[in-house]
Amino acid sequence: MTTLPTSTTRKLGLVIDLDTCVGCHACVVSCKGWNTENYGAPLSDQDPYGADPSGTFLNRVHSYEVQPLATSAMPHPAAQLVHFPKSCLHCEDAPCVTVCPTGASYKRVEDGIVLVNESDCIGCGLCAWACPYGAREMDAAEGVMKKCTLCVDRIYNDNLPEEDRVPACVRTCPAGARHFGDLGNPDSDVSKLVAERDGMDLMPEQGTKPVNQYLPPRPRDTLDEVDVLAPLLDPVAEEPKGFLGWLDRTLERL
Amino acid sequence: MHPARSVIAFTTLSGAGFGVLFWLGLGLPDVTGWVAFAFFAVAYALAAGGLLASTFHLGHPERAWKAFSQWRSSWLSREGVASVAALVVMGVYGAALVFLDTRIAPLGWLGAALALATVYTTSMIYAQMRTVPRWKTPLTPVLFIAVSLAGGALLAGQVTAAMALLAVAGLVQVLWWMRGDGALAASGTDMATATGLGGIGHVRAFAPPHTGSNYLLREFVFVVGRKHAAKLRMIALALGYALPLVLLALPFSHAAAALAAISHLVGIAVSRWLFFAEAEHVVGLYYGAR
Ligand code: SF4
Ligand code: SF4
Repeated sequence: MTTLPTSTTRKLGLVIDLDTCVGCHACVVSCKGWNTENYGAPLSDQDPYGADPSGTFLNRVHSYEVQPLATSAMPHPAAQLVHFPKSCLHCEDAPCVTVCPTGASYKRVEDGIVLVNESDCIGCGLCAWACPYGAREMDAAEGVMKKCTLCVDRIYNDNLPEEDRVPACVRTCPAGARHFGDLGNPDSDVSKLVAERDGMDLMPEQGTKPVNQYLPPRPRDTLDEVDVLAPLLDPVAEEPKGFLGWLDRTLERL
Repeated sequence: MHPARSVIAFTTLSGAGFGVLFWLGLGLPDVTGWVAFAFFAVAYALAAGGLLASTFHLGHPERAWKAFSQWRSSWLSREGVASVAALVVMGVYGAALVFLDTRIAPLGWLGAALALATVYTTSMIYAQMRTVPRWKTPLTPVLFIAVSLAGGALLAGQVTAAMALLAVAGLVQVLWWMRGDGALAASGTDMATATGLGGIGHVRAFAPPHTGSNYLLREFVFVVGRKHAAKLRMIALALGYALPLVLLALPFSHAAAALAAISHLVGIAVSRWLFFAEAEHVVGLYYGAR
């Protein structure tokens, strides 16, 4: 059914910390690794070793350079490099679901996860048109729409050890930049983190009400002394004293 | 947006085909027997041919029937339902005209309304997309319906109506372009809101996620040929609207009428190419493109 539920019991999603992400792409690799061999059609690659490789990914990491404006206090502020992982945000008002003509796309009432039932998908691509975030990709080999499932086949999987029952990207992130939990519960760890760090929606004006939240990068530290070695180069004695002082003054007079 | 040939052919041909069905449903021209057959054959070839072309870009055309199920929420599903309803109703109405020499007027009116509804649902597939600010305007359905009625009148031999509607459609087309050129800027979506980093400073795409291309770039960040947009707009206006108007104004001849119809369809196809090629999808902002 492609009408959206009026509310969901839980709002499972990710919190992505732009302050700590180091842009290593480990989440991209682990996502592709898990999802190409589990739920649904594999994530195919086209011409992977050739001149023009491309493939289906459910998670991609962009990098942006942000240049702060110059101020009189800081005439030449340093640009900041921000690594930016992006996958489905499991929007509350998911436009990708309502446009689907077949009922293949749906949002689950129990946890808010947005999924595609691949055996109903006709591969019209309209849901990818409707998603502002580029979170849906049509698989070129299968002709069906692929998207992040929030690792629905891990998080409820009793065959996995408890610590592995989180999305593959969260489990693998070496920087601890990805967090998983119920954003509908204000007492959950992720909700507290979002409140503490002023978590934000991407493209709020698109009205999608994303569940996933992004934590903005914190301002970079500034050091008072620009040259960290300078103190070591300070002259040991400014004014020579004693015999050397006399010599200095005498030579000065000559 | 990537201007897929199948979708351009579909919106151009089906738009004209359902336009002809609209006029036939109203009894304009009031034809029966073999003459009616000829008109209906042209209308069905265009409308159904276009629909068929639109299934070519599906990943799984064999499941297309499933698309009739979600009419409660999806404009694409509504389009499927409306188009089949229009074709069936007009089929019965046309059969009565051709084989029984009888005009069942209320059935014709219903068919005309359904034909118009089909064009409206097609236009709403685009007009609903907040992700493509150029399309997200009530002017989009107005444009599609005006073009369809004008093309239909042209092909149905309704000279006076065709001339008036071509002028109106041409005007709407120009307005649509003028509004569209500022639509992305007016939408409020830019790299700052896309990344949420605008509060820190000016955001620049530094490195894309992959060195190669991908589905998103191919489908949504189509920028090839935009530099010819101004010229193509003139060609679309001249062939789609101006030349047919001039040809219709001349003393009537079948050759001129045929030329007018062909010129109109070619012009509309060019404008539909621009409809896609010029459309900026906001996902391009993540790649520093528009
Ligand atoms: S991020 Fe895109 S694909 Fe995911 S729920 Fe939102 S609109 Fe749909
Ligand atoms: S591509 Fe598949 S999931 Fe997406 S709108 Fe079309 S049928 Fe629905």
